[in-house]
Amino acid sequence: MHVAVRKTYKLYIGGAFVRSESGRHDPALDHRGGHVANIPRGSRKDVRDAVAAARKAQGPWAARTAYNRGQVLYRAAEALESRALEFAQQATRVSGLEGARAREDVSAAVDLLVHYAGWTDKLHAVLGGVNPVAAPFLSFSTPEPTGVVGAVCADDPSLASVVGVIAPALAAGNTVVAILPERWPLTGLDLGEVLGVSDVPGGSVNLLSGRTAELAHALAGHRGVNALIEATGDPEIARTVDELASETLKRVLHLPAPAPLVTTSWEALRRLESLTEMRTAWHPVGA
Amino acid sequence: MSATAAGSGDQRTALRWDYSPAPEATDHVRLRDRYGLFVDGEFVEPAEGGYAPTINPATEEPLAEIAQATAADVERAVAAARAAQPGWAALPPLERGKYVFRIARLIQERSRELAIVETLDGGKPIKESRDVDIPLAAAHFFHYAGWADKLVHGLAGGPVAPRGVAAQIVPWNFPLLMAAWKLAPALACGNAAILKPADTTPLTALLLAEICREAELPPGVVGILPGDGATGAALVRADGIDKVAFTGSTAVGREIQHALAGRDIGLTLELGGKSANIVFEDAAIEQAVEGIVQGIFFNQGHVCCAGSRLLVQESVADAVVERLWRRMQLLRVGDPLDKNTDVGAVNSRAQLDRIRAAVAAGEEEGAVRRAVACDLPERGYWFPPTIFTGVSPAHRIAIDEIFGPVLTVSTFRTQAEAIEKANNSRYGLAAGIWTDKGAKAFEVASALQAGVVWQNTYNHFDPTAAFGGFKDSGFGREGGAAGLRPYVRQS
Amino acid sequence: MSALRSLPHVDRVAVQERAAALGKRSIKTDAKRQGIRLAISLLDLTTLEGQDTPGKVRQLAAKAVTPSSEYPEVPSCAAVCVYPSLVPVAADAVSGTGVRVASVATGFPAGQTPLSTRLEETRCAVADGAHEIDMVISREAFLSGDDTRVATEIALVKDACGEAHLKVILETAELGSYDHVRHASMLAMEAGADFIKTSTGKAAQGATPGVVLVMLEAIRDYVDRTGRVVGMKAAGGVSTSKQALHVLVLVKETLGDEWLTPERLRIGASSVLNDLLMQYARTATGRYGRSEDFSKE
Repeated sequence: MHVAVRKTYKLYIGGAFVRSESGRHDPALDHRGGHVANIPRGSRKDVRDAVAAARKAQGPWAARTAYNRGQVLYRAAEALESRALEFAQQATRVSGLEGARAREDVSAAVDLLVHYAGWTDKLHAVLGGVNPVAAPFLSFSTPEPTGVVGAVCADDPSLASVVGVIAPALAAGNTVVAILPERWPLTGLDLGEVLGVSDVPGGSVNLLSGRTAELAHALAGHRGVNALIEATGDPEIARTVDELASETLKRVLHLPAPAPLVTTSWEALRRLESLTEMRTAWHPVGA
Repeated sequence: MSATAAGSGDQRTALRWDYSPAPEATDHVRLRDRYGLFVDGEFVEPAEGGYAPTINPATEEPLAEIAQATAADVERAVAAARAAQPGWAALPPLERGKYVFRIARLIQERSRELAIVETLDGGKPIKESRDVDIPLAAAHFFHYAGWADKLVHGLAGGPVAPRGVAAQIVPWNFPLLMAAWKLAPALACGNAAILKPADTTPLTALLLAEICREAELPPGVVGILPGDGATGAALVRADGIDKVAFTGSTAVGREIQHALAGRDIGLTLELGGKSANIVFEDAAIEQAVEGIVQGIFFNQGHVCCAGSRLLVQESVADAVVERLWRRMQLLRVGDPLDKNTDVGAVNSRAQLDRIRAAVAAGEEEGAVRRAVACDLPERGYWFPPTIFTGVSPAHRIAIDEIFGPVLTVSTFRTQAEAIEKANNSRYGLAAGIWTDKGAKAFEVASALQAGVVWQNTYNHFDPTAAFGGFKDSGFGREGGAAGLRPYVRQS
Repeated sequence: MSALRSLPHVDRVAVQERAAALGKRSIKTDAKRQGIRLAISLLDLTTLEGQDTPGKVRQLAAKAVTPSSEYPEVPSCAAVCVYPSLVPVAADAVSGTGVRVASVATGFPAGQTPLSTRLEETRCAVADGAHEIDMVISREAFLSGDDTRVATEIALVKDACGEAHLKVILETAELGSYDHVRHASMLAMEAGADFIKTSTGKAAQGATPGVVLVMLEAIRDYVDRTGRVVGMKAAGGVSTSKQALHVLVLVKETLGDEWLTPERLRIGASSVLNDLLMQYARTATGRYGRSEDFSKE
């Protein structure tokens, strides 16, 4: 007889797997309503801790070379690919995705990581450049990371849609606090385990499960968050996020729901662009 | 100067040579008694609002009566813009660009008139409107005109479509230049635009409306609606706009973002700042002092990116402050129309009151205030160039934007401390670095959370170079290819 | 002097920007009339040609004493500046007028003669009646990094000058950078220069606004530090009234009004005088002038 060892799902904050500080939990249900596992119901304080971890990680992450960040993202793709089958099977079991569709979704997520891995050292050339100013200066503009990105994911079981908000933020040198889909949190929490064993530095990606409305409020209102991605498609949440964002002038990228898969490099670039700030430097030419 | 005290025995000549008044002649300018709103290619009467005078802040004399737009006028202007926009966007791009080129040329042709009016209406020294505001405004139109038929290249090849109708609100510190920053990219990308100039400086925008007519720009493509904050509030809330671009205070920017919450309206905000000007001990000190002066006293300090927080390395702090103070004595404050004036009039009574209040607060906090003793005219709004020393980072004057000729000075010991202090602000618009060491300049520049970093210079602008802020200084960029993005929809 | 030369920092772009901005000061009406008279009073009216003769020098001296008979309120020039061989002629011609005699010396303009020759030349010029000596520094020594020799030679020439004032010509166009200009200015002042002077007038560039500004800033620092007053001479390329007034503005807004006197400021030039007179006449008559209204010498 073999008694299954069940997994305790935890939040992923600062590179560690932790329970919600609130001690609360919610059941995670499969597509037929059956109980799959208990998941932590994150709180405002978990948001606070996650933002603190992301802030701490942001400088060092941005300070890495673009080449290195590309390799780290690529490594994450490798780590995910190695568990692709498992993710696909779980998606079928939990969300009821038909087998081929489930496999496609995981492949798409892997491909996104590979795609963004290749962006890290090309963004400057594509978005930035030398400004031929009419004065004796070398002037150039470069896309710099906005800082800490808060992401409110679409309530969608797709792994690719979660990766599609995390990967551009990371590729541009930001760190992320993501609120996972309220109805479908397991895939995202599993992704945390993949990132945890890849080279993505602790704190660069923080994943929270719980009630979207509650957590989105705390995240969008946090003064230490610099930009937001809102992908719920819920007009109420979109509006609240905008209103809270205005307090510290965060830029907000709204994505329609269901979140479109990033199928073109244009869409990828659009996301990258909205998570960067151009900095123009002027250096004198002449001594 | 110590030389006189040195007793070298030489005789001081009787002659004290000074510049005579050199006022720019204003006979070239013919202002109308009153200006209407510019809607659908015509100057029209306001639907409900009346007229308000715009005054010369250097004399407090009224210059003209200006129509004040209300919600009804906004509705009219938006309707005209909506009607005009598809045709404008459908023009062959090169042809659309030609209209924008025409505007650039007309600004150059009418540059003297525009410079004088800018100075009359806003109080800035004529040498600045003549050498900076007007030429740069023309340059912006010229730069973006050339983008009209090359948009896909500026936008990294992606599919692009204009957003539609842009609502644009500009401040009073660089009235025509800010209008150019807003209108030029909007038009080049195929949008129609409705511009609201600031209530204290509407005149050059209205001359720009004349220029749009002279350029035979299709009616409705540009609308100009003078008015105050209420007009702006109505404009950003209007139905039928697709994009809002605002330059102004952080408080109003926040309000606009809040008001637009939940609407699919592109927003760019260019807001306040409290920018650090960092002088390292290895700087070319004489040029640094000049740069500090340029950084804070240019345009009476009414500059969003003004270098209002001076950070000096402790080892050279005394020398820098002494030279700065001596240099400040040479600033010629007074008649903005005089070609030798360095510091003109404060833009409005309200702004003067704000500056006075901020300075009073600084003294109460215990910082040491020094103001240049200069003869200020009896009428008009004036504030002498002022520095505060002994300022701690916690003082309000070191935190809040003053938007006047007021500099705070504090010191640092190491490069790391300089970066930390520079970034320790809710704002992130600009910064200056003064060092002769290239490696240091690049390292510090890349560590600053600021949209623009100037090494060994300050307040340089160019249509090819992106401008805009981090953090509470807003988001979105103006200038260069980056300035096209806010005006297109990329699918 | 240390073996390792450490240069001061001057930012070229910023210096030129500032110098150009001061060139935009608007000098009109009274300021212009006064400025022109002031500029004339600061002139070292100069002739430094192979074809200079006693006759030419006498005519030049007469012009320096009375620049314009038509406008008697126009002051005399500060000095006439000639080659050493013509010092006796010049001294005779200006005797009793208050106009001084300046002589270039020290192997002008290249300075490439033996030190003993240069010192002897200096002593002769002074003995012949020169009140002021315009020496050139050894660019050869400066550019090879031998600051000690540059300074020592200046000190020796100063010694040879006796009572005569020493102006030290840096020949800035040959120094290669503003850093060098500032460093050379400091060297010259430390070594005893009474004036520092931009150029010989024989190099590709002379008293450009940027060079003048850098030297004025060096003077300001030196005077601040030591209390000893040093004068400035802008020479080379100053050929129009506009340029001369630009020099005055640079001095006024860097060193202050105290320096606007012949004891502390000179402009070395020749053709500029007639342009100044022409502009002066323009302010008096309201009509644009022509060159033949004024004698060439």
